[in-house]
Amino acid sequence: MLKLIDISVKLGDFQLSKINIDLEKGDYYVLLGKSGVGKTVLLEIIAGLINPESGQIFLNDIDITHEKIQKRKVGIVFQDYSIFPHLSVKQNIAYPLKGKSLSNQQTEKLINEFAELTNVTHLLNRSTTKLSGGELQRVALARTLITKPDCLLLDEPLASLDIQLKGDLRNLLRKINQSGTTILHVTHDYEEAIALSNKIAVMHEGEIIQKGSTKEVFQKPANEFVANFTGIKNFFYAEFSPVNTAKINEKVEIHVSNHEQLKNGKIIIRGEEIIVSENCLQSSATNNFKGKILQIIPYFSNYELIVDIGIELSVVISEESFLRFNLKEHSETWVSFKSTAVKIIP
Amino acid sequence: MSKNKLSRLDILFMVLGGLVLLFIISPLLGMFLATTPNQLFETTKDPEVLNSIWLTLWVSFAATVIFAFGAIPLSYFLARTQFKFKGLINGIVDLPVVIPHSAAGIAILGFVSRDSALGKIGSSLGIDFVGHPAGIAVAMAFVSIPFLINAARDGFENVPVRLEKTALNLGASPIRVFFTISLPLAWKNVLSGLIMMFARGLSEFGAVIIIAYHPMITPVLIFERFGAFGLKYARPVSVVFIIVCLVFFVLLRSLAKERKSNDA
Repeated sequence: MLKLIDISVKLGDFQLSKINIDLEKGDYYVLLGKSGVGKTVLLEIIAGLINPESGQIFLNDIDITHEKIQKRKVGIVFQDYSIFPHLSVKQNIAYPLKGKSLSNQQTEKLINEFAELTNVTHLLNRSTTKLSGGELQRVALARTLITKPDCLLLDEPLASLDIQLKGDLRNLLRKINQSGTTILHVTHDYEEAIALSNKIAVMHEGEIIQKGSTKEVFQKPANEFVANFTGIKNFFYAEFSPVNTAKINEKVEIHVSNHEQLKNGKIIIRGEEIIVSENCLQSSATNNFKGKILQIIPYFSNYELIVDIGIELSVVISEESFLRFNLKEHSETWVSFKSTAVKIIP
Repeated sequence: MSKNKLSRLDILFMVLGGLVLLFIISPLLGMFLATTPNQLFETTKDPEVLNSIWLTLWVSFAATVIFAFGAIPLSYFLARTQFKFKGLINGIVDLPVVIPHSAAGIAILGFVSRDSALGKIGSSLGIDFVGHPAGIAVAMAFVSIPFLINAARDGFENVPVRLEKTALNLGASPIRVFFTISLPLAWKNVLSGLIMMFARGLSEFGAVIIIAYHPMITPVLIFERFGAFGLKYARPVSVVFIIVCLVFFVLLRSLAKERKSNDA
């Protein structure tokens, strides 16, 4: 469907190096990375707005690396929406239809179809200058979708929307994808990636450092950066011993379940699976440590504790538990987790 | 209006600024006050004056429209393209503003005289630029075209390139992008440039008198009346012409403003 082979470009101090990605028809592919790593540049290269120095882009097995922008059949929706301010909502959506030898009836039908899909029918006769961010985003989507692109490129489409609008737009993007449109979506938000994608690639400093199915990347992050970036806080390199223990940072020894004779590897412990208690628990949990609470971070309905047990563990507890134990920064507490809670990544 | 107490600096600047405004207004006001309504009335009935005003208006308008076909694309090119000698090209565009206009007239005369290539082409079409409205238009355009090019270039520079690229991505050809996105979004500046070019063309004297003493545009007529009959006879023509220029200027400006508010 869309295939990038060894795409490289240098723009001032910034460089994209040998980017390879492969989208199949119907994929919802998310490029995940911090701001400034080159995600938008990559989209602009695919859309033809920037020429790569080397590499090739194939769309449906046709080399479009040097194809004109207007002939590429990829639609891009920019983060700032790029709505034409001098045209009404309807004129914006109709813009790609001019010169397509359609009758007025056919044009109207298409405008209404895509306005309905993106829920902007009630805005059609409005000027674009007074629309909200969410409305502009929907107009931009309708305007691009009406071109029936083979692949839709989305640049941080949810970045500047509030929580409710994000939810609505996520549903719309799912709907668009389920109707058969292949989507390449760039974002810095791993939750967006989990919510929408079936494949992801993680970008860092102009390179793709891991790619694969969303499940694979989130369950088996390739390194600490990917783990942290994908929201996994307790990611450690460990040395395993034959007796099902693992030493983290040569300091803390923990019990693990079967590690299949690995000597070295990576482990993940989900913060939600760590128990906090006042005293050492007598339970099936084989890992019990006394530690010091370094930091308490409140969230919407729970708290994250950073507990120093020789390594820093991120522990997630409910508000109810937090209040019951009267936890304070710099106080001591016990943490416990089962050896089966330790996920080993070869 | 702010009710904050004015500082000494504010007062100083207001006084200095007021002197400059007085410097602009006083001679004009003096001229208006020195002209009686009867003189003005008589002047508006003078066919020579009326013909010269009409000639000045239509020739300046024609020069503006004709040369805009080249000036607007040049402005777009300068706004969008980076190249080695861009600074030099921008300097060349400003050249007519800085050279004496009588010298500009001499230069244009060499360019459009019967012996020149352009003059020969004109002659073959039955147009002799020297002493002809076509020659006046060339002289007016020469000195006023920088106003259009600079204003339009600023306008195009203010149009986000991303909007043009979005339009291309939506399947529009580059020419359609220019006419549907770039030009409408830069139109305020382009129109302002067109008005300034037209206004500057109306007031041109130095270059035009070298190319064509006859037919007489109003600035030349004012000069002639002053030379032949003195200040008393030149003044009413000046007042009438200033009024006409101001009416056109205000009219065009308000049209541009109206268009802007319609767009909003």
